[in-house]
Amino acid sequence: MAEPHTIHVDIVSAEGEIFSGLATMVFAPASQGEIGVAPRHAPLLSMLKPGEVRVQTPDGAEQLFFVGGGAIEVQPHRVTVLADTAQRAKDIDEAAALAAKQRAEEALRDRTDHISQAEALAELARAAAQLKIIQRLRKVRG
Amino acid sequence: MPGTKEIRAKITSVKNTQKITRAMQMVATSKMRRAQDRMRAARPYAEKMLNVIGHLTEANPDYRSPYLQARDTVRSIGIIVVSTDRGLAGALNANVFKQTLLLMREWQAKSASVKLCLVGAKGLAFFRRLDAQILASASHLGDRPHVKDLIGAVKVMLDAYRDGQIDRLFLVNAEFVNTMTQQPAVGQLLPVQPLDTENLAEHWDYLYEPEAAQILDGLLMRYIESQVYRAAVENVASEMAARMVAMKAATDNAGKLINEMQLIYNKARQAAITKELAEIVGGAAAV
Repeated sequence: MAEPHTIHVDIVSAEGEIFSGLATMVFAPASQGEIGVAPRHAPLLSMLKPGEVRVQTPDGAEQLFFVGGGAIEVQPHRVTVLADTAQRAKDIDEAAALAAKQRAEEALRDRTDHISQAEALAELARAAAQLKIIQRLRKVRG
Repeated sequence: MPGTKEIRAKITSVKNTQKITRAMQMVATSKMRRAQDRMRAARPYAEKMLNVIGHLTEANPDYRSPYLQARDTVRSIGIIVVSTDRGLAGALNANVFKQTLLLMREWQAKSASVKLCLVGAKGLAFFRRLDAQILASASHLGDRPHVKDLIGAVKVMLDAYRDGQIDRLFLVNAEFVNTMTQQPAVGQLLPVQPLDTENLAEHWDYLYEPEAAQILDGLLMRYIESQVYRAAVENVASEMAARMVAMKAATDNAGKLINEMQLIYNKARQAAITKELAEIVGGAAAV
């Protein structure tokens, strides 16, 4: 178990672990204002706004991490920051969803476009090359 | 010497091809290692996320998130298919598509319609030839997929689920078993499978900022996104492993071809020399 004056901090994002270690104090940009978490804080769960998470380590240094949002979970001896790697906002997400839809629609619209024709030609070329090799091997082994 | 020159040119050409396939094999090997590292790096996030979600659902039995609730009648399902952007990776994509088609047929037999979300250019090229309903797509993620490139496509499927357009969401991707084996894997994303809350060490209620329901939905959304991200990264690792094996086979085949052609070349050369000698000897005898 951690010493009484420190708290274990894990900062993880979907793409990897960012920080893991002990701290005397953690500050995080919670959705309703910045919060400071000291050891033996009451259990808390909050969403985060984009901003910086500050971790004060036992040797007196302070480390800064930028998070694009996410969530923070506080247990008496453990803080977990689930950081987003991307900026999240309702309209940004909405725009991304729209773009994904459009890509699908576009792909469906031009089923017979030049791309698929090029693909077909490439396939034909591949098949012809295979045939050639088979014939040559037959000749050699024949 | 008829033929020898042509054979020599062919040997050079195959040798050049072999150089390319060998280079691709080596590139795939190093990219595979990096993809495996990223796979490992994504694990703690999903684990911690599940842990928090477990605590949350345990503490709030009265709030039923739509993402957790199973629906009795399934009229329509959604499938997120993860494929590669480029070919030359053996049967990797074909196996994933086959598995997807099986899944589609299974649900169509139960008279449920199927809606697709395609990640990767190969999947888009394959399924658009079929009469499948494609809701969203994301391609050209590169060798290092990022969560932000997947958010849009996943959101389309999550919205469809919330609106009742789909009643279940599956994820199909190539699972990385080891360097030699990659197999298609089907997983259910929505509703989120009941969590194992029994072996949570402690149980407490949190202070919430803002409400518990909002946080739970936000976390579940991120959890699903992280699952799709993991699938995309795992698919890259599988792609590189499959390409490595395919390119090794191609390099070996090229080597065999070169050996065979070298043999033919030697024979032709020897035949030409023998013929010339015979002519000289014949000429001398005539004198």
